[in-house]
Amino acid sequence: MTEPLLEVENLRIRFAGNRTGRDAVRGVSFRVGREKLGIVGESGSGKSQTGRALLKLTPRSAQVTATRMRFRGEDLLTASERRMREIRGRSISMILQDPKFSLNPLMKVGEQIVEAYRVHHQADQKTARERALKMLEAVHIRDAERVFSLLPHEVSGGMGQRIMIAMMLIPEPDIIIADEPTSALDVTVRRQVLCVLNELVEARDTGLILISHDLNLVASFCDRILVMYSGRVLEEIEASNLRNARHPYTRALLDSLPRLDRHVDPLRVPQRDPSWLDGPVFGPEEGS
Amino acid sequence: MRVAAQGGYLTPRRRRRLRETLVAIASIGVTLLGLVALTFFIGRMLPLDPVIKIVGENAPQAAYDRVYRELGLDQPLIVQFLGYLKSAVTLDLGNSLTSGRPVLEDIGRVFPATIELATVAMVIGTGLGVPLGVLSAMYANSWIDHVVRTVCLIGYSAPNFWLGLMGLMIFYAGLGWVSGPGRIDFVYEYGFEQRTGLLLIDTIMAGNWDAFRNAVSHIVLPAAILAFSAMTYISRMTRSFMAAQLTQEYIITARVKGLSWRRTVWRHAFRNIAVQVLTVIALSYAFLLEGAVLTETVFAWPGFGRYLTSALLAGDMNAVVGCTLIIGIIFVTINLICDVLYRVLDPRTR
Amino acid sequence: MDDMHQHGFRGWLAAPVPASAAQARAQQIWLGCKRFAANRSALAGLVFLLLLVIVAWLAPLIAPYNPFQQSLSARLTPPSAAHWFGTDELGRDILSRIIYGTRITLYIAVLTAGIVAPVGLIVGTIAGYFGGWIDLVLMRIVDVFLAFPSLILALAFVTALGPGIENAVIALSLAAWPPIARLARAETLTIRKSDYVAAMRMQGASHLRIIWSDVIPMCLPSVVVRVTLNMAIVILTAAGLGFLGLGAQPPSPEWGAMLSTGREFMMNAWWVAAMPGIAILLTSLAVNLAGDGLRDVLDPRHD
Repeated sequence: MTEPLLEVENLRIRFAGNRTGRDAVRGVSFRVGREKLGIVGESGSGKSQTGRALLKLTPRSAQVTATRMRFRGEDLLTASERRMREIRGRSISMILQDPKFSLNPLMKVGEQIVEAYRVHHQADQKTARERALKMLEAVHIRDAERVFSLLPHEVSGGMGQRIMIAMMLIPEPDIIIADEPTSALDVTVRRQVLCVLNELVEARDTGLILISHDLNLVASFCDRILVMYSGRVLEEIEASNLRNARHPYTRALLDSLPRLDRHVDPLRVPQRDPSWLDGPVFGPEEGS
Repeated sequence: MRVAAQGGYLTPRRRRRLRETLVAIASIGVTLLGLVALTFFIGRMLPLDPVIKIVGENAPQAAYDRVYRELGLDQPLIVQFLGYLKSAVTLDLGNSLTSGRPVLEDIGRVFPATIELATVAMVIGTGLGVPLGVLSAMYANSWIDHVVRTVCLIGYSAPNFWLGLMGLMIFYAGLGWVSGPGRIDFVYEYGFEQRTGLLLIDTIMAGNWDAFRNAVSHIVLPAAILAFSAMTYISRMTRSFMAAQLTQEYIITARVKGLSWRRTVWRHAFRNIAVQVLTVIALSYAFLLEGAVLTETVFAWPGFGRYLTSALLAGDMNAVVGCTLIIGIIFVTINLICDVLYRVLDPRTR
Repeated sequence: MDDMHQHGFRGWLAAPVPASAAQARAQQIWLGCKRFAANRSALAGLVFLLLLVIVAWLAPLIAPYNPFQQSLSARLTPPSAAHWFGTDELGRDILSRIIYGTRITLYIAVLTAGIVAPVGLIVGTIAGYFGGWIDLVLMRIVDVFLAFPSLILALAFVTALGPGIENAVIALSLAAWPPIARLARAETLTIRKSDYVAAMRMQGASHLRIIWSDVIPMCLPSVVVRVTLNMAIVILTAAGLGFLGLGAQPPSPEWGAMLSTGREFMMNAWWVAAMPGIAILLTSLAVNLAGDGLRDVLDPRHD
């Protein structure tokens, strides 16, 4: 693991008015450096709320606590809102799920990218515009000039997500959180969008936290994987070592996937075991 | 529509737009026709005999019959309706039974006073209502939200004619801060030329500043009362529009970029509610005309509302029906304008 | 979360997984009541309304004086221990008149709600369910009514019908049903397309049966909420009619009519106009508060 940028220890998120009696996130710990970390889990496992908590953008009804939540040694829990504004975008940024909803519908996409740049960089409108156009080209958008002045509803989902990537990477953050960046997209463009993201992240040496429910996808893009279930990390494992996963939940997820290298028939639906809720947790194997 | 569709130059999109427009026009036409029918029906429900109203109680039978025929009351109902429809289309609303002048002329004379009052009220109501609504949504559940919501609730619950009475009692009779009923004191009334019928503008144009100050001191209280109800409506609607926008994903995006909450709300969310707010303001203008009926009565404001209420009390059915029809037309027009605003200003519907 | 393990009736109400439809419904109602009671202003509104009902019912017992008893020697006396709200221009006790006026206000509001809710519900669900020509015709009629501000429409009708409480109720109902119909139609449109209605259809249920047993119950919560909130407007409009002399006629102690006669004397006797107005304000405030609370419970989709 590279030198950690972000350290999270024992993160808990509790929602006011929750009737189940179980917190949304219960004691999640991890570290990320300039690497690619995947967080996998089904819906409701707390993976998205974990991502938002890092930026302190959880809903008002959520109560976030942790024994440690640090970015480059700076305590995020006690950071002021003003300081958080400097961190957001500039140091830690986030790509949301669906460009149809996550782009302001009444603002030209170019303007939205320019805004993201100018929040953190002293630049006049013209320079910022040039940067934005360059960024659009960097995410493989041809005819950037034309796209710059389009409104979000005039671009396709794949292009919208590439615009989102451009917007979130233009201030050159150290870490980018991608929260289900491809699940709202057509299957045909998913890989293409991820490749663009991957390319930029690698070129800039940005840390990536890829949040997804798709184990295959995460395994093929990330270095390390956290498997979350019901608000807890059940297993942390190197992507290359996934075959040797030890937690029954991870194993069940692997067994539920179709494979190219061998015949799996029938695909198994994971049977949830109540003991996973509070059962043992598997860390990365030493020396692997 | 079929014919238009066969024209090869019409793209499917244009064709659909044309169709929508035609349907919209047709439905407005039907609504206006219904408006006329409804007012006709109301006019016929009258328990008073319109003939007696004209000829008097003790008129001879011959005179009664003559007027009965003149009014067309011997004709079948459908013929009467068609006649009424024709006069409604040409805006010939008949003569007022009390003033003896054409109803339309009467309305034209009193309307500027109402327009002036409603416009001042709308400007104040919008100026306060929109920012308060936004702030209340922006800081939901804070003290400012509670204050705004409480004030709105009271504004919704208080009868505005009563607020008018209390206002007169406190600020006119008690404190003497404002002038009493009416638009302007008698001494100033003929001191300037009434060109627009809007006294605030006429006095300025005439350079008669004393008269202007006097007109202001008269309009302040009724306008404030009306503005209060407009403000409650506008801020309540603005708040709920804004609250709906603030749950959207693009708000999170803006926050992730590092924008402050204030900038997120005003730069990002406000743009998205602007058109809705605009239509609410237009609608509130229509509601102000309604509120003016009682407020004008309280303040002896010589406008449309007072004309209507005195016609009501005098049983002057021509005037009542005429006023109702005019209000209906204004309402339909304002709604139409809102629709058009929506289509033109929101790029998503273009 | 201890109540998850409680037994008995409370435990039955709080069970995480209801065992029967009846239990599920009881739990829904129980939860709704709890939520309503947690909203203190809504509760206050409801309590005030209940109080009004009691006051109206027991008016002869509560009112200190006969509301029609004139006393020319006690004209326009300011509020005092003998007359808490003072007396009016004919020496009648204002408090007693307001207490009796509660009857008129509640009578108008309840009767109007009783007319408006079923009419709006029926017209709206029929238009929404059948669609096509029926929808077109019914909705155009609704549009025509909606083209007038409700006060103007009520004024026009009441002029045509003649003054009086019953006519005021008819006029108010004629002005108040269209928004309810439009709401019910909008709700019906979303229900009509749902799979369970399709399933009912395939089982051979008649249209009437589907409307009665599936569509109307689904529309009911939002209609009830809207009708409740509209009652505040009806109360204000009724007072406005009374104020203009088109509603209840003197010497009836209707609040609006009291305001209208009090108006002439208010410069010297503020209580004559202030007291009935405060009664109107508080009543419509209570309706609004209770209605808002009801909306939060019954119609959570709103806002």
